[in-house]
Amino acid sequence: MSLELILFFILAAIAIATAIGMLLSRSAVYAALYLVVNFVSVAIFYLLLDAPFIALSQIAVYAGAIMVLFLFVIMLIGLENLAGELNWRQLAWPLVMGAILLVEGVFLVIQRVGQDVYIGQTGTQLSDPSLMAKVLFTDYVLPFQITAVLLLVAMIGAIVLSKREKPALSNQGKEA
Amino acid sequence: MDWTLLLEWLIKSVIVVLMLLVGFAYLTLFERRVLAFMQVRIGPNRAGWQGLLQPVADAIKLIFKEELTPGQVFQPLFTLAPIITVVPAVVVAAVIPWGPQVELFGRKITLAVADINLGTLYVAAVASIAVYGIVLAGWSSNNKYAMLGGLRSSAQVISYELSLALCFVLVTLMAGTMHAGEIVEAQRGLWFIVLQPVGGIVFLIATLAEVNRAPFDMPEAEQELTAGYHSEYSGMKFALFFMAEYIKMIAISAIAATFYFGGYREPWFLAGTWLSVDVNWWLGPLYMLLKVTALLFFMVWIRATLPRMRYDRLMAFGWKVLLPLMLVLVFVTAVGILAEALWLIPVLSLVVGSLFVYLVNRSLMMKWYRRF
Repeated sequence: MSLELILFFILAAIAIATAIGMLLSRSAVYAALYLVVNFVSVAIFYLLLDAPFIALSQIAVYAGAIMVLFLFVIMLIGLENLAGELNWRQLAWPLVMGAILLVEGVFLVIQRVGQDVYIGQTGTQLSDPSLMAKVLFTDYVLPFQITAVLLLVAMIGAIVLSKREKPALSNQGKEA
Repeated sequence: MDWTLLLEWLIKSVIVVLMLLVGFAYLTLFERRVLAFMQVRIGPNRAGWQGLLQPVADAIKLIFKEELTPGQVFQPLFTLAPIITVVPAVVVAAVIPWGPQVELFGRKITLAVADINLGTLYVAAVASIAVYGIVLAGWSSNNKYAMLGGLRSSAQVISYELSLALCFVLVTLMAGTMHAGEIVEAQRGLWFIVLQPVGGIVFLIATLAEVNRAPFDMPEAEQELTAGYHSEYSGMKFALFFMAEYIKMIAISAIAATFYFGGYREPWFLAGTWLSVDVNWWLGPLYMLLKVTALLFFMVWIRATLPRMRYDRLMAFGWKVLLPLMLVLVFVTAVGILAEALWLIPVLSLVVGSLFVYLVNRSLMMKWYRRF
């Protein structure tokens, strides 16, 4: 067994354990922290696959920015403790979709039994940021632009939703 | 992967960690002495010659202090938080090159722990993780002051991270690479602070906010929050937070030196002489040390000079001034590189920078006049 394969199995165990921990933990803060560890282990998967750019982006964007915001909101509005009981009716659709995903995954695994395992041999293309940028701005320029527009729309939407009319106070008129 | 490579990595990591720890110990003394000098006091000068043994005395005191753990805190996070704070502060120093490639014992050795071609991105990623320790310390203390300190800190770090990341974009644009060593080589003869002066200044401001130093030390504003996120910590756990702050100062100064002040390279007027790094490689770490010390002196100087900013002003400054300014600067730099006219970059960025200073000054003056 190669070193990479051992690392892979340890990481896989951590990723699955933290994902389950996120689903089952009663405290929203701990759930968020489990998710952070999960993101970091996925980032290390990318490193194993010779894609350090995506790995570091994953850490900077998901673990570093989005989850900090999540934690911030959880702490700010005091949602530390989640409701204790499970509502099975609400969970029906997510369960069905999860089951479909699981079947797909199992099918793919069974289909590929006996084939070579690709770990750490996917080529060095992804490790060079300039090559990656070239691909991103030539072959994938349309998806890239659409993603940019999508993010811009989300950002403007958030600003519009959070903007309030200023209350008409007597001294407010002088200042503004 | 042979064992000599592992040994090389081990030795380099140990050297970096030791440098950071010793640097932390003596930075506390340095800060106290410089502050004392600026405030016309003497400062600690009793333990050893000129107070050189003061860090040792402080360390012994901190180790033997009683460590209190309040009954209401959320374990295990309360214990983990100081550790989570220290680790990114140490790890971020891994990509900083402190000298050119040298040949020792018949092998080529790069004087950086991690010689990866994604230096700027690595720094941005690790810096974005560093806030967790403070947030978790604030939350797990189960104390309103600590909580508010943690919240303030996370809001502040997220806001200034944007400007900081755009500063990395500027460096990447000007150097044409993300590799820290190649960024240093690209500054041969022309430091990026000269090529992009406004970007360099914004970088220094954003780093001050990122490491929670005065005048941006909101999370520990005594008058409002007692000691902020570390109110409930004592003994060695408090010492770890203290250590993280000073190690972050050293690391961020080294990053600033690498990205904007020519890194381990000699100043331009020494190129080609006996004092050049090309001739004597061991001068590289020495120049790096000098530059880091100068930047640390600058940080202490600012702490002695400027009062703490008000919190809403701090956030408004980050979002309404620094972020638009940085976006314009990225545009200006890209224009200068595309037009292949490097002189355009400093000229345009200085024009944009002074325009922003004028606008901020005008809006402050307008507010002042309206009071009457």
